[in-house]
Amino acid sequence: MELDPILIARLQFAFTITFHIIFPAFTIGLSAYIATLLVMWVGTGQDRYQRLARFWTRIFAVSFAMGVVSGIVLSYQFGTNWSRFSVFAGNIVGPLIGYEVLTAFFLEATFLGIMLFGWGRVPRWLQVLSSIMVAIGTIISAFWVLAANSWMHTPTGHEIVDGVAMPLDWWAIVFNPSFPYRLAHMLNASFLTAGFVVLAVGARYWLSDRHPEQARIMIKMAVVLLAILAPLQLLIGDQHGLNTLKHQPIKIAAIEAHWDSDKPVDFHIFAWPNEAAQTNDWALSIPNAGSLVLTHKLNGLIIGLKDVAPQNRPPIKTVFFAFRIMLAIGFFMIAAALIGAWLLWRGMLLDTRWYLRIVSHSWWTGFVAVVAGWVTTESGRQPWVVQGMLRTADATSPNAASMVLSTLILFVIVYAIVFAMGIYYINRLIERGPQGRAVEPPEQGSGRRPLSSAHDAGREALARGS
Amino acid sequence: MGEWDLPLIWAGIIGIAVALYVILDGFDLGVGILFPFSRDEKERDQMIGSIAPFWDGNETWLVLGGVGLWVAFPPAYAAIMSALYLPVIVMLLALVFRGVAFEFRTVAETSKRYWNFAFAAGSALAAICQGVILGALIQGINVKDGGFAGSAFDWATPFALMCGLGVLAGYALLGATWLVMKTDGEVATRAKRHAKMLVLAVLGFMALVSLWTPLAFERIATRWFSTPNIYYLWPVPLLTAATAFALWRWLETGREIPPFIAAIVLFLLGYAGLVISVFPYLVPPSLTIWDTAASAASQRFMLIGTLPLLPIILGYVVFVYWIFRGKVRHGEGYHH
Repeated sequence: MELDPILIARLQFAFTITFHIIFPAFTIGLSAYIATLLVMWVGTGQDRYQRLARFWTRIFAVSFAMGVVSGIVLSYQFGTNWSRFSVFAGNIVGPLIGYEVLTAFFLEATFLGIMLFGWGRVPRWLQVLSSIMVAIGTIISAFWVLAANSWMHTPTGHEIVDGVAMPLDWWAIVFNPSFPYRLAHMLNASFLTAGFVVLAVGARYWLSDRHPEQARIMIKMAVVLLAILAPLQLLIGDQHGLNTLKHQPIKIAAIEAHWDSDKPVDFHIFAWPNEAAQTNDWALSIPNAGSLVLTHKLNGLIIGLKDVAPQNRPPIKTVFFAFRIMLAIGFFMIAAALIGAWLLWRGMLLDTRWYLRIVSHSWWTGFVAVVAGWVTTESGRQPWVVQGMLRTADATSPNAASMVLSTLILFVIVYAIVFAMGIYYINRLIERGPQGRAVEPPEQGSGRRPLSSAHDAGREALARGS
Repeated sequence: MGEWDLPLIWAGIIGIAVALYVILDGFDLGVGILFPFSRDEKERDQMIGSIAPFWDGNETWLVLGGVGLWVAFPPAYAAIMSALYLPVIVMLLALVFRGVAFEFRTVAETSKRYWNFAFAAGSALAAICQGVILGALIQGINVKDGGFAGSAFDWATPFALMCGLGVLAGYALLGATWLVMKTDGEVATRAKRHAKMLVLAVLGFMALVSLWTPLAFERIATRWFSTPNIYYLWPVPLLTAATAFALWRWLETGREIPPFIAAIVLFLLGYAGLVISVFPYLVPPSLTIWDTAASAASQRFMLIGTLPLLPIILGYVVFVYWIFRGKVRHGEGYHH
């Protein structure tokens, strides 16, 4: 069989970036949670917040390490596998990623060192500040990456000179039309992902009667946060969809498996799109519901897939099903969050075991929704890598297919080991629970002399904590 | 600002980022290379503890180097990464293994020895790949119409492999002198012994490269031995020899901080020698920094942010090394 180098390069990128996004999706939200807990610790003086923060910090450390190393791979993969993209878009996407490194990566790396190893060595305010800085760093990082990604979906502020995109207006490039929606959608997704993990772990502890004090904090904080953010995500997603309809109508047509421009859009709850016959083999639909959502009119018309030639259409099944997976999880999240909030309001949350049992198994929802969402938007942009300007097929490096295939196999092997062990270890940390060490005493008498102020602060923290 | 100067400034910034990367990640990769010589878990915890708060920041310079190259010189980035496809990807995978090993080995129980191995092997493999990449760049990349036109294994030459071993020895030297400075007890004593052997090895590799490159590559011979260049350049090898001697003496007299400084100087001198050999080529032997520069608008947009941010970032580096100053004693480990 003849190997298709473009397909293998795409598989490789899809694999490495999917593996990568799992970790930022979790750590953006988790770092904000840890920072919040530490601020609450300082604000209330209650040691349980600090213990909980340090418990999650250990899990954060493992996840963050996996995110860092898989991210370094990506920063080089643009050159190794997508060199023609790198040349075409380098003048635009390059500086945005460059600013991510300068404004976020160094900030995160520096304060991560203190966040993880500063206990007993630095003053308490610096310990708390470090966790806040790490959380801010992850958000700044998301800002730049999503600016770059959004530009690839809705490019503005550039001109094409000699087949290369040249910047004209940086403000228009960064704040391109889809960027605010994408950023809000992703950040919120990350908070939801971390929120459901925290809720699941809290429920798991509560049900098995372990660490009840910490479990109570986790469950209540998560439920309140999710009850606000999960419905909000529906709103943001709706707005994002309208923005996509305006700028990438074919992506919407693929999401809805909508073929004919002259028909109102039904919302297919489920369907089997047939790309050869240019129709859906069968569909379970709500008539006109798609029109209502997308145009706010019962008979509103939008562009159908038949409006463009088949070679300019995205892979419809992928986009269609990935979107439905995301949507289904999204509605589950909203339901879980609202039921939880209602139970909390009625004072029954911690006694409703069936609810806690369900959410204790729902830790994975955010991850799957994030990946499904990214598959929807990235596959929906195909066959373009930069919408309307550069085809994915024209963006690769001149590498032999066999070469790309061998590195793909290497990536799969290495990532499978790292991922399996990472999940295993995170699970072990969760099993060990938050009852580990409280504040460690500053290491007196050793050569690692704490700063004198840190010394005092550490003692003060000890005195308060005990 | 003249547009002619922008590529030069960017070459300088990337040069600084790469130099910082080589020194900073060099010593923590070096600690990984020396990891197999440790006797027990306590020693390994002590060794890892001496680099744990720093490694992530150190590795970020690698990202800055790669992304900087992409930002400022997209065609060079594209050509180099395509030409050095395999060594780059193997290096990245090696870094994946050693990076996660930091965290995994603290959680692991029975599987701890596998992650110890991953840490050591990943560090060594990453170092060798970086040396191979360096060697491959020095020997030159086959470029046609601004893009890579060679074949997948062009980089695999005895010279590149020799450079790989040279960088392995060099990083191990940085790691050994770091351990002399940052640890005590048996780990420090052993590191001192290793450092002495490694100084000799590094000097040997530097001599080998210095002889090999002008003999094999006409352009490098011309750069060094034509007049008037030779009048300016003769102190470089002399300074190198003097630094190596001082490093040895300081180790002999039991000094703890100066050997690390001397190892850094040794690296910088070797680095300067390479820059002298290849400048102004970014992709020797055909593409210069001006041939491959990004649009002036892109270079300028990036420079506006980089100039104020770089000092802040250097401030972070100083700050975190200051917070975690002092020695990591035997029995003190890696915990958070």
